[in-house]
Amino acid sequence: MRIISELVTVVCFKVPSRLGIDSRLRRSSEAAAVLLRRCVCVSQGLGFRPPAHSHSDWIGPPDKHSNLRPVIFYVPPEESALERRLREARQEAQDSNQRFWARHNRAFRQEKEEFIYSRLKAKGLEMRDESGQKATLSAEEMADFYKDFLSKNFKKHLLYNRDWYKRNFTITFLMGQVALVRALRWLRPRKKNVEQ
Amino acid sequence: MSAARRCRPPRALAGLFALRLRNTGVQQIRCPCVHLCRVGDRLITFQYFNFLKRMYVTQYNKDLSQQAKPKSNSTVSPFHELQQLDQERKVVCKISPISPVHQSWSETSSRSELRETKSAAETEDSLTPVGAEFKEDRQWKEMKLRLDDLPGILARLSKIKLTALVVSTASAGFAMAPVPFELTCFLLASLGTGLASCAANSINQFFEVPFDSNMNRTKNRPLVRGQISPLLAVCFAACCGIPGIVLLTLAVNPLTGALGALNIFLYTCCYTPLKRMSIANTWVGAVVGAIPPVMGWTAATGSLDAGALLLGGILYSWQFPHFNALSWGLREDYSRGGYCMMSVTHPGLCRRVALRHCLALIGLSTVAPVLDITTWTFPIISLPINLYISYLGFRFYRDADRSSSRKLFFCSLWHLPMLLLVMFTCKKSVLEKEDKGDLLGESHDRAMEIRLP
Repeated sequence: MRIISELVTVVCFKVPSRLGIDSRLRRSSEAAAVLLRRCVCVSQGLGFRPPAHSHSDWIGPPDKHSNLRPVIFYVPPEESALERRLREARQEAQDSNQRFWARHNRAFRQEKEEFIYSRLKAKGLEMRDESGQKATLSAEEMADFYKDFLSKNFKKHLLYNRDWYKRNFTITFLMGQVALVRALRWLRPRKKNVEQ
Repeated sequence: MSAARRCRPPRALAGLFALRLRNTGVQQIRCPCVHLCRVGDRLITFQYFNFLKRMYVTQYNKDLSQQAKPKSNSTVSPFHELQQLDQERKVVCKISPISPVHQSWSETSSRSELRETKSAAETEDSLTPVGAEFKEDRQWKEMKLRLDDLPGILARLSKIKLTALVVSTASAGFAMAPVPFELTCFLLASLGTGLASCAANSINQFFEVPFDSNMNRTKNRPLVRGQISPLLAVCFAACCGIPGIVLLTLAVNPLTGALGALNIFLYTCCYTPLKRMSIANTWVGAVVGAIPPVMGWTAATGSLDAGALLLGGILYSWQFPHFNALSWGLREDYSRGGYCMMSVTHPGLCRRVALRHCLALIGLSTVAPVLDITTWTFPIISLPINLYISYLGFRFYRDADRSSSRKLFFCSLWHLPMLLLVMFTCKKSVLEKEDKGDLLGESHDRAMEIRLP
């Protein structure tokens, strides 16, 4: 889906701008790209479409598995290579984080249930008591599980930390570069006007 | 307080607010006290009293009743609740008496009961209604920075309350130094320390975005919610940190500047990554907390004396009962988030260290008059509060349960300001050494006036 959206971006914006095709066609191409972005968002299961007139990113509520907030990135009609790199880096980081935390939290919940079940079984109790309420263990009994879970996932966390720090620095550095380029672009036309 | 009270919903609302009776979506009318929602063909309302406790109006079988939501036994940090309490104390929401609502409006309401989750209700800084915040949290938002939101966002990014605490410990260090008090130096040192702390806190939040998202205590931070971009957070940190350190180095003295820079480095590059690697992070964090009063002292005197180290030692020892007690209730979040904390990996050590350092506070208070920082009334006057925190530390060590950890944590919050206040009251002034007798008498009188809990 993303490959198709990239293809449409190239066809709708880069090619017409090279060929000098008029603005009416460009506007309809922009509308087509916006429509495609909406389809991509819906197909990614985000269930939200940013309004057509919006030129900024949109951030959603926390995901129920990963607790991370998804972002729908705005694709400007004349996106430079640098801006594209930034957007792709952010998208990849988002996807990687989502995968990691969704899997990790699911494993935590599952292992916690299994632990509670095994402990209750050892004590000779059922998962639900007479009133139908779910039986729980005390915090001290759960502490064994927390310690065990943390030590089991220690290496996984170390690798994830390294990956996250690298991505975070790359994204922030790219953001800085994009901001600098935009600032220079904004200054240059003003300089030209002043010189004229 | 927790008993359900029957009350008819306010009549005045029907006249005050126009209810659009459309069938689609949820209409919300904002009001600082009362929040109305219409979901489909049901009308639900709930109101709350910010300064007391959250009360909810619920409807069941056409009867409207007002009740406080029962407190759930969640693992939310007591510190977080305290922050909330602080928030609640500050908000003065005057609610005028309201008359029952028009009968026809209640008849069109449905029989469903509204339940709000506690976690959705808790926010770090929100002053808007509980329900509105929950609904906003579920919505998609444009990632556009609004200038009027910026001060609030930056305050949360820099953990302004923690920064205020850090600045006050630095001021305590400055005040305890045995030199004549200079106001400009004091203000510059406080400002520089505050800026350095803002920078360090911002970088800490910049590093921890996905981890903060997964912990209840920290999930409403600005970077997690996308209210500010990481680039802006880093720029803000640079704009606070660099002027802060430069101010300390040039306007105060180079030693204080160096200590400030060291503290920023320790917090951002040592403590933050170590949190996820080893339990040694707690000791590094304690050093980070101990440095501000040392900075205050060096700002006043220009040198690193035994007095500075003693003050640093007191703050260092205090960190352990404070943090270990706090972390006891966060074990689930730490385990899931991948944080290496003593409370999870070495629970026995966690409690032993807390108790050990509570007792160390007694010892350090006794050393103060030996180093000529305070008079001998200080260890005597501070003994009750030090013994009390040691007793709570012992209870925590023995019982190892949530209630003892919470008691110890809340005690640590008032113990530190009180100890510093008593210390300042018992300060031995260098200039008045000839009037030692008078000074002792004076401080005795003042000390007697202090009411201990």
